[in-house]
Amino acid sequence: MTGKIPIAKTYKLFINGAFPRSESGRTFSVSNPEGELIANVSHASRKDFREAVRAARAAQFPWASRTAYNRGQILYRVAEMLESRKTEFVDLLKSIGVNSRSATREIEDSIQRWVWYAGWSDKYSQILGSVNPVSGPYFNFTVPEPTGVVGIIAPTEPSMLGLISRLVPAIVSGNTVVVVSEGKSSLTSVTIGEVLATSDMPAGVVNILTGDQTDLLPWMVGHLDVNAVDISGISHETDMTLIEEAASNVKRVVSRQVNEESLELISDFLEMKTVWHPIGR
Amino acid sequence: MPTSTITFRETGSSIKVTPVDEVSLEARAASLATRSIKTTSKRAALNLAIRCMDLTTLEGADTPEKVASLCQKAKRPDPSNHDVPSVAAVCIYPEMVHHAVEATEGSNVKVASVAGAFPSGLSTIEARTADISDAVKRGADEIDIVLNRSAFLAGDEQRAFEEIVASKDACGEAHLKVILEVGELGSYDKIRQASMLAMAAGADFIKTSTGKIPQASTLPRVLCMAEAVRDFAQQTNISVGIKAAGGIRTAKQAWHYLVVIGETLGTEWLCPEMFRIGASSLLNDVLLQLKRLDSGSYSGPDYVTVD
Repeated sequence: MTGKIPIAKTYKLFINGAFPRSESGRTFSVSNPEGELIANVSHASRKDFREAVRAARAAQFPWASRTAYNRGQILYRVAEMLESRKTEFVDLLKSIGVNSRSATREIEDSIQRWVWYAGWSDKYSQILGSVNPVSGPYFNFTVPEPTGVVGIIAPTEPSMLGLISRLVPAIVSGNTVVVVSEGKSSLTSVTIGEVLATSDMPAGVVNILTGDQTDLLPWMVGHLDVNAVDISGISHETDMTLIEEAASNVKRVVSRQVNEESLELISDFLEMKTVWHPIGR
Repeated sequence: MPTSTITFRETGSSIKVTPVDEVSLEARAASLATRSIKTTSKRAALNLAIRCMDLTTLEGADTPEKVASLCQKAKRPDPSNHDVPSVAAVCIYPEMVHHAVEATEGSNVKVASVAGAFPSGLSTIEARTADISDAVKRGADEIDIVLNRSAFLAGDEQRAFEEIVASKDACGEAHLKVILEVGELGSYDKIRQASMLAMAAGADFIKTSTGKIPQASTLPRVLCMAEAVRDFAQQTNISVGIKAAGGIRTAKQAWHYLVVIGETLGTEWLCPEMFRIGASSLLNDVLLQLKRLDSGSYSGPDYVTVD
């Protein structure tokens, strides 16, 4: 053997637990700060988005029906898988121009954050739910339920920590998501998909598309089977009137700082159900 | 398989059954499935698929109320949109026929009933024809029976043939659809042979499947049947209808079938009198596609009725 053939990774979409190319056949390229090509990445079309929503819808009820403890265990398992691929993620961030110290720190923070939310899975409902005092012979409970299918415009900066900060609080309560990543951050997003595929996460709970966020945004906010959108990662140049279409099915629209860690982020994608139960003898 | 012959019911003349080229058949079906249908053609195809649909419920748990709500849906698939046509027929068990007749009264939705020891066909021919007569008496416009695969596969084609003849007689005025259950026949040659046999015995329609086994209706199998229908028409001048049923769930699958029928048999087969799609969940997907064309954004299952 004299020379080795370089084997570059194909960055594909992550839909329903599989890695298809875009049905459009389009790709875009990601380069390092020196302008050298790192990878060609699939450019998702609206039809890929439609398929991803279909997968997310099919996965939502089974995912929410799992016990909170089981969802927590699965999320913790993902953190274990992330931990074992730490160096790969650090190298990936370095390749798109993050310096070595910041890259290591970002990956460590990301994994810590993932575990932090995993721990909340069987605890948030005790904190956010309540037993309400009412006049009359009734118990009155308020219990949180997941909103449903959530579309996430992934933050481009910081790419790893930004996505994880938006993703985990949405899925921990039983929502399923369709993430749209753009540009350089696509590389970490797709690689997170590979981590999910090798953990115990059921297919369809997390679907990751890479492409043009501005192109896909109208389809996301207009889709009647998407219950909420997280536009925290949206770029400043985006025409915000696009968001108005979200009113068509009274979609929840959430926009926050890209790098938060708080219980409130879980409650962003919860609906509160109040139940009256007669007190019998 | 060598060329065989089947004796024609009325005249005693014979029809030829030539063997099937499996590779070309599948290649042809695959190439027809790549056709892309857009905008106005897509809307026309979706509306045609609805007009040709036999909205079906064949569950042991069917109730008169479930049949009544199915009939409402058959008459007005999308209550919010008058432009959406009614389906061709509702397809149900004999016990439910009079409920369906009542619920579809005054509309052009036909009532189709399965009969004759559906889905196996394994009871005496007397019991089966009595079942058919009963369904007709209750008011069924169309009768879906099964081919006796047991006799057919055991080599007793004559018996399978005569049973269809007897069933046709029991139907009287009602249209007879013969289900071949292609997934159980084993080869395209057998599908072609069974198609010819059913048509020669007097079937008004030949139908792919009961919907009770997996791997039922596929594009090459329907193409195989469509070619049999075409060759039968050439030999006898009798045009027999064709019904695809079982496993058709998406609008895209539905228009693939329309393409296969249109390309093989011509546009005169693209009408509810000559072509049917039997399905239960397909209608909702077609309605979602139509909503998408109307509104410009994707719809979801929350916006169509629960079956």
